[in-house]
Amino acid sequence: MLYREAGQFKTSYVADQAIFPIRQDRIGLAVILIAAFVGVPLFGSDFFISAVMVPLLVFSLAAIGLNILTGYTGLLSLGTGGFMGVGAFACYKLTTVFPDVNIIIWVLVSGFFSCGIGILFGLPSLRIKGFYLAVATLSAQFFLDWAFVRIPWLVNNNTSGAIEVPTRTLLGIPVTGPTAQPEVRYLVILSVVTLLTVIASNLVHGRIGRSWMAVRDMDLAAELMGIRLYRTKLLAFAVSSYYCGVAGALMVFFWYGSAEPAVFGIDQSFFILFMVIIGGLGSLVGSFFGAALIYGMPIILKGVVAMVGLQITPATVEHLTFMTVGALIILFLIIEPAGLARLWQIGKQKLRVWPFPY
Amino acid sequence: MRAPDDTPKSRTGDVLLSVEDVSLAFGGVKAINGVSFDIRQGEIRAIIGPNGAGKTSMLNVINGFYHPQQGRITFKGRTRAKMRPYEAAAGGIARTFQNVALFRGMSALDNIMAGRTLKMKRSMFWHLLRFGPAMREEVEHRHFVEEIIDFLKIQEIRRTPVGRLPYGLQKRVELGRALAMEPELLLLDEPMAGMNLEEKEDMSRFILDVNDYYGTTIALIEHDMGVVMDLSDRVVVLDHGLKIADGTPAEVMKNQAVIDAYLGVSH
Repeated sequence: MLYREAGQFKTSYVADQAIFPIRQDRIGLAVILIAAFVGVPLFGSDFFISAVMVPLLVFSLAAIGLNILTGYTGLLSLGTGGFMGVGAFACYKLTTVFPDVNIIIWVLVSGFFSCGIGILFGLPSLRIKGFYLAVATLSAQFFLDWAFVRIPWLVNNNTSGAIEVPTRTLLGIPVTGPTAQPEVRYLVILSVVTLLTVIASNLVHGRIGRSWMAVRDMDLAAELMGIRLYRTKLLAFAVSSYYCGVAGALMVFFWYGSAEPAVFGIDQSFFILFMVIIGGLGSLVGSFFGAALIYGMPIILKGVVAMVGLQITPATVEHLTFMTVGALIILFLIIEPAGLARLWQIGKQKLRVWPFPY
Repeated sequence: MRAPDDTPKSRTGDVLLSVEDVSLAFGGVKAINGVSFDIRQGEIRAIIGPNGAGKTSMLNVINGFYHPQQGRITFKGRTRAKMRPYEAAAGGIARTFQNVALFRGMSALDNIMAGRTLKMKRSMFWHLLRFGPAMREEVEHRHFVEEIIDFLKIQEIRRTPVGRLPYGLQKRVELGRALAMEPELLLLDEPMAGMNLEEKEDMSRFILDVNDYYGTTIALIEHDMGVVMDLSDRVVVLDHGLKIADGTPAEVMKNQAVIDAYLGVSH
């Protein structure tokens, strides 16, 4: 009864074109933002912040990146892990070569390196589609995997072969490295993710998003309407890889603290792809839902096992969570193949007419 | 938007588009064989013929999707061996498809807005912000699109994803999307296919109104002879990739070659 748009009249196209045209949605969004920016750092435990919220935001950003490519433009990519790696390694090189420049600037700049690599591997996309393109991006994944291991220059020739995140400060407060507080790292990530989500939302709601979706839904008609397929697809690759690259840099610098090339493997690509599919192809809010479900479910399951007080070894818990998560994913896909975003929409639609659905 | 033309106009103006001696083959199959005809400014030009005559291939040649092996295409005074889809679209050729080719995941409004893509000039930077010039541009085009929505009487479905609309409305949205490009030449590939009588009457009315109100030149492929005879100013008849007749509906109807092509000849 509270969620109803009756009486909210739009008198201008600007208001009508707003991304959240319903007042209750705007209030809800404001509440979520306040909770995220103020509530979580004040009341969240260190464990909750650094093991739940930080990874969640990083994965959501990567999922938004892949969603732009796969969900909005219809180009299937299996190179997400590799593109994230490019961002992370670029950020590491940049901050070690120019340590005086603020780390947040380098995180945002490192996305452009990933962007360049993404465009390069997106070049075949004009000629090939669907599964064949997925295989082409798979080659990107394997090539980048190889490069991260085999080019010691990327990690400044250190013997461990891993990125070791140095301490960097913002206004005198350490934001990366071993001394950075979880709250500080969380707030930095949250700000970057919020900013990039707003930008993504702006893009997909305007001309550019419409051309992406046009290419996805009917490329022939799009071409005959004057949308240039090649440019549009490459732009999707560029923006998508930028997001993945920034997500990769954030992951290593603000979450892991150090990272071996193995974390940017094919597993990571599939992990993100699952999030996008479960969350909902072509939906930004779905990217957050997908990340929350795929990353959050094992944590909750482990908590449940601990609460019940079952006496089983951690290894068995691990296996059990894997199996349960797998089963739940299949279940979700049967119930709602269009993803959690669709469930969310249906829920809102039901709420709108509740309690008198006729 | 062009101002509506109130003065009674002579039905045919200058030649807007002409194809000369165009041939198109797929391997050994000759889809079009040395066809020439022209389309004059402001007229409704029908292209008819039995199945497999090369009508849709002809439209695909005109808007640059197929590249003919031979022949010339002159559009607005510029002659070239082949069109490119982008050039055709930028030059003012819009198109609807035999099987509806809408963007199924998008709303009717977004579909028609997508037709404005070529007219939108703001750079990526402003689109990142969705503020200032980008928003002004969006609203400006929204005004235009709303006029088309009013014109086609599809106000109540503007927020509906087009995949959920009935076929007749999908065809109408597709016409709207083509109109959003403000075309000088509108190619309609079987606009009435699969419609019932009432829907055909509506669609015919829209086609006449588009021609009359916006002054758009229209080339259409249609199988319903009644519609073709009523709507079109001139008809070109294709059969097996060859042009067998060209003229007013009345002339074409009496043409022996046309009657033979449609009814068959006893040998």
